[in-house]
Amino acid sequence: MDYFFSEQQQMIIDTAREITNEKIIPVRAELDEKNQFPREILQDIAKADLFSIFVPEEYGGLGGGCYEIVLALEELARGCVGVATSFAASALGIFPVMIAGTEEQKQKYLPDIASGSRWAAFGLTEANAGSDASGIQTTAILDGDEWVLNGTKQWITNGGESQIYSIVALTDPSKGARGASIFIVEDGDPGFSYGKKEDKMGIRSSSTRELILKDCRIPIDRLVGKRGTGFITVMKTLDMSRPGIASLGIGLAQAALDEAVIYAKQRVQFGKPIISFQAVQHILADMAIQLEAGRALVYAAARHIDSNPKNMSKASSMCKVFATDMAMKVTTDAVQVLGGYGYMKEYPVEKMMRDAKILQIYEGTNQIQRNVIGQELNKEYS
Amino acid sequence: MNIFVCIKQVPDAKDVRLDPVTNTLAREGVESIMNPYDRHALEEAVAIKEQLGGKVTVITMGPPQAEAVLREAIACGADEGVLISDRAFAGADTWATSYTLAMAVKTLGAFDLILCGKQAIDGDTAQVGPGLACRLQVPFATCVQKTRKVNDVAIEVERMMDDGFDVLRLPLPALMTVVKDINEPRVASLKGKMRAKKAEIRKFSATEIGADPQCVGLAGSPTQVVRVFSPEPRGDRKIFSGSVIEQVDQLVECLKAHL
Repeated sequence: MDYFFSEQQQMIIDTAREITNEKIIPVRAELDEKNQFPREILQDIAKADLFSIFVPEEYGGLGGGCYEIVLALEELARGCVGVATSFAASALGIFPVMIAGTEEQKQKYLPDIASGSRWAAFGLTEANAGSDASGIQTTAILDGDEWVLNGTKQWITNGGESQIYSIVALTDPSKGARGASIFIVEDGDPGFSYGKKEDKMGIRSSSTRELILKDCRIPIDRLVGKRGTGFITVMKTLDMSRPGIASLGIGLAQAALDEAVIYAKQRVQFGKPIISFQAVQHILADMAIQLEAGRALVYAAARHIDSNPKNMSKASSMCKVFATDMAMKVTTDAVQVLGGYGYMKEYPVEKMMRDAKILQIYEGTNQIQRNVIGQELNKEYS
Repeated sequence: MNIFVCIKQVPDAKDVRLDPVTNTLAREGVESIMNPYDRHALEEAVAIKEQLGGKVTVITMGPPQAEAVLREAIACGADEGVLISDRAFAGADTWATSYTLAMAVKTLGAFDLILCGKQAIDGDTAQVGPGLACRLQVPFATCVQKTRKVNDVAIEVERMMDDGFDVLRLPLPALMTVVKDINEPRVASLKGKMRAKKAEIRKFSATEIGADPQCVGLAGSPTQVVRVFSPEPRGDRKIFSGSVIEQVDQLVECLKAHL
């Protein structure tokens, strides 16, 4: 379907598509097998200016919004969700600075993020704080003109690979979530190190790692936003980033549909290509219907968010749930269409199905998204 | 460092057809692309510019629509595009093409280095690069697989050979043609594409480069193409299987049958 993109949006799509076709697809199976971080591809992405799309023009970016990020991520995810996740994590990691940072912080970090010379990461999750993010235990205590951070962050995307980290820590532990603040921690800061690197089911090219803060001392001006407003910023950050995760589902499902249709046209059984059988056609038709519905919802949500509405949580959560549940279903069906071949690593749909699962889990499980939607409905009808 | 890169717009090799009536390349409806080897020449030029500073100018001889590859080159890091276009250039072989490009280069002025792809994927002659160097009276290296060292006075390169490579040192100005192993061309950047869209392409006609009408296009081309055709597919192929000894036995039997 024609979504009537602007010239700049089409340029973003074309550029991301070239990266996917030329740089990602030829190596994705190897990166997956070796659990290898796609450093060179991220450098190619940087050279192509894609890191600049979400940064405002005054800091060296292109000034794009949620829609532009979604379009780029969709194309990159068509190649590999692991690579696309690594790219997306840099946006996620810097959103707190864009939302609540001081002018000095923006001047200091955004130009490097835009050029792709430094990457960011977002440190919220802990062993005891997943869906219940208010359970975090990492603390930040002011000591003279330095903050001292202590705690361990878990499953941090781009951990050990990024240079800039947005870390959520409690500045007033007695106040719970209202006592949380966000800090910028940089690679090399004293007391900051990396722990266990996870061995994952899917998105294996992305780095998922522990961040260890042990009497980590950082200058006072690394606090992002006002003290105690960390959770508000976290929620705004996630509202902005969820459509990106949804778009990973769209790109992934498109890739799975492409593989399934091409295979069904080539595979001959009972003397005919299997696409001529209605049983197969209906699976493919359902995949295409779900995919297009998901895409339309994600684009609509992204445009809604770019209009700077009062409340974007419901739209953001709805598109995340729909697109990622859809991606799980469509990739599973793609494996079914390819049959035994689909289950083998020689064909790309096996990896696609493994990669799909995380989309239903990270950046808020799809159950938590439904909670958000339910609470919003409750408010709307009160 | 003032670098010129000679590029060519060619039909996409994925989609090559011959017109069965005229026996010429069917160009209608076939997508045009930048000759793949030229992308590597351009990337090398941009990389050298990034290292030493200077300017990269891309030059192409072709019909007006060849402007598209110049803009693509600018999106990939070139600074300026020059289109050499004239009806008089039509039908040029490599002799006339190298003459025309040499006249264009002389019009543009002094240069330090000229880069070309090893060959174009449509003609596949690999003659234009060396021809251009000879007409400009500069040293050249063909099939360069690596730039070892480059500075303002000389360039040291590896020339790919069947059995390894030669290391050549060329005083500048010089010309080199490159193979695909030399680098990985970058994807055109967003800012590059925006610049390319607005860039002004300089255009030169035969008169503007001072070309002798007898030396360009069909008139200046000693090569005469008598016929181009697709060879008839041969249907009598036979593929042997089994161990080498079994295959040899089968081959011998097959040859005996034809004695």
